Amino acid sequence: MNENLQHRIRARLLKLAHFVALFIAMAIICVPGLWVVLNSFRPTVDIMAKPPVWIPRGLNLDNYRAMFGAVGEGGVPVLQYFTNSLIISVTSTFIAILVGMAGGYAFARYRFKGKAAIFIGLMLTRAVPGVSLSLPLFIVMAKTGLIDTHMGLILVYVALNVPFTIWLIDGFFRQVPIDLAEAAEIDGCTRWQAFWKVEFPVARAGVASAGIFAFLTSWNEYALASQLTRSTFSKTMPVGLRDFTSEFTINWGGMCALAVLMIIPALILTFIVQKHLIAGLTFGGVKG
Amino acid sequence: MAQVQLQNVVKKYGAVEVVHGINLEIADNEFVVLVGPSGCGKSTTLRMIAGLEAISGGDISIGDRVVNDLPPRHRNISMVFQNYALYPHMTVRENLGFSLQIAKRPQAEIDKAVDEAAQILSLAEYMDRKPGALSGGQRQRVAMGRAIVRHPEVFLFDEPLSNLDAKLRTQMRTEIKKLHQKVKSTIVYVTHDQVEAMTLADRIVIMRDGHIEQVGTPLEVFETPANTFVATFIGSPPMNLLSGQIAGGEVAIDGGPKVTLPDQFAGKVQDGQKVILGFRADNLMPEGHAMPMEGASAEFEMVVNLSEPLGTETLLFGSLAGKEVQAKMLNPRPVADGERLQFQLDLTRCHLFDAETQQSLR
Repeated sequence: MNENLQHRIRARLLKLAHFVALFIAMAIICVPGLWVVLNSFRPTVDIMAKPPVWIPRGLNLDNYRAMFGAVGEGGVPVLQYFTNSLIISVTSTFIAILVGMAGGYAFARYRFKGKAAIFIGLMLTRAVPGVSLSLPLFIVMAKTGLIDTHMGLILVYVALNVPFTIWLIDGFFRQVPIDLAEAAEIDGCTRWQAFWKVEFPVARAGVASAGIFAFLTSWNEYALASQLTRSTFSKTMPVGLRDFTSEFTINWGGMCALAVLMIIPALILTFIVQKHLIAGLTFGGVKG
Repeated sequence: MAQVQLQNVVKKYGAVEVVHGINLEIADNEFVVLVGPSGCGKSTTLRMIAGLEAISGGDISIGDRVVNDLPPRHRNISMVFQNYALYPHMTVRENLGFSLQIAKRPQAEIDKAVDEAAQILSLAEYMDRKPGALSGGQRQRVAMGRAIVRHPEVFLFDEPLSNLDAKLRTQMRTEIKKLHQKVKSTIVYVTHDQVEAMTLADRIVIMRDGHIEQVGTPLEVFETPANTFVATFIGSPPMNLLSGQIAGGEVAIDGGPKVTLPDQFAGKVQDGQKVILGFRADNLMPEGHAMPMEGASAEFEMVVNLSEPLGTETLLFGSLAGKEVQAKMLNPRPVADGERLQFQLDLTRCHLFDAETQQSLR
């Protein structure tokens, strides 16, 4: 009896320890984000206060109002930046997904000369830090006249994302049994139809997750964008954050407000696609 | 009319030839089973008929058409895969109707054909489920349903039962046989299970290493195996094989007893010829527990090393001339390991194979 009680207490304590550990981990992950959101709603005095003010007093929308206000009063061209970010991210993601699907499918299904070498080569490009490319890229873009254009950044982001989308989508197509495409061909499909009607829907989850990653990379990228954009014509939101720094001061509240605006679309997108991810992962047509 | 013809069909992967010019004629409405150990080329042969593998030589025709270079969709065949290959993102109804949907048939016709197939395979209550929510046997039936919906000229089955448990396998075997009676179509069926082959086939094709070893009805291949491979592959337990030599109207088993040369081989062997004597466990029985043997028989003593009671009979494992030999005991009594028994061998049922070529001397 006593032994049972001991074990029960120990199990409860263990469960409690799990929760505490989980709480600490989540706090470490979430606090910076919450801090940004919180700061976007309060004046600089509260943001800079020492010791830090954890419990908010007097939240307001001043930072947002100022941000959308006239240029002279702390306003930034938010809508223009947002549009730039959207155009660049969506287009580069779309292209990266198309190329990734073609490449991933080829790597998953076909045998060809130099396959392993090409694949390793693609993966090696991931080992190169993006920033180290900024100067060469800057020169190339300057010579080709792509500095400060949407097209320039789109090209860079496609190049950045393609190895990753190929790798991810390849993995998902590998999990789709080749029998499915063969069954579709016997059922009357052409190779093309078999891909779009059977293999693609089954691997949809993989394509979706590759899409999220590619989108978030483009959406959040700062280092290269800060080199390759000049004016409001092509500046993306992360670069726009710098508008809040001036020679002697940094407008933390404004910066946080813009950061919140940046986070929201990414968050919404992730939530939408996440549903597809889970739905797509329930395989089962083939006995394992 | 959908006979299937294979003429000198060869399959090479690079320099490696895996199917070596096989010839086979399958009649309309015939149920033919390709059987053999893994790697014998039976699945490759089936996939060549389906058009999923290109052929490297020879001709394949379905009906009156040579289909060598036609893609699968132009061959009017359906196929049931080993792992079912159901489309996981579609419901059972969509899976069944997929081929007709692709063919752009009117919806009413699709519904009718799908319902009919569901009826035949009793799938009606699962129509709106996805394959992930079905059991193995149900998935198997959906796979068969998908095949019959199109009324193809030829059905191809690639080891369709190997993923099912033993009980379900027997049940599905019967269903496949019933299905053949209902839909009246040519069936080519691949399996490595000789029991499936025996029970289902009109004719069995036994393959090894990319060659056809024998083609015949189940009884033919069981009773008159063309060589030692077929003799040991078909039938359970496998045929006992003992090497020996012909010596003056007798077969002298190496290091064992001599038995009279069975009548059916008189004049077909020469004195001194090295042979392999083959007989099934059913034809070697202990005295007092044997079937009455009408023709010639041989008798010898053998020590029983192990016995497996099966109820109506007991399988005995003895050793003769240093080789393990299996025998059967009817109306069994308990047998002690190491017990010495007098056995009767039914000579009329014995087989002789040439020791060199391994071919039957019949």
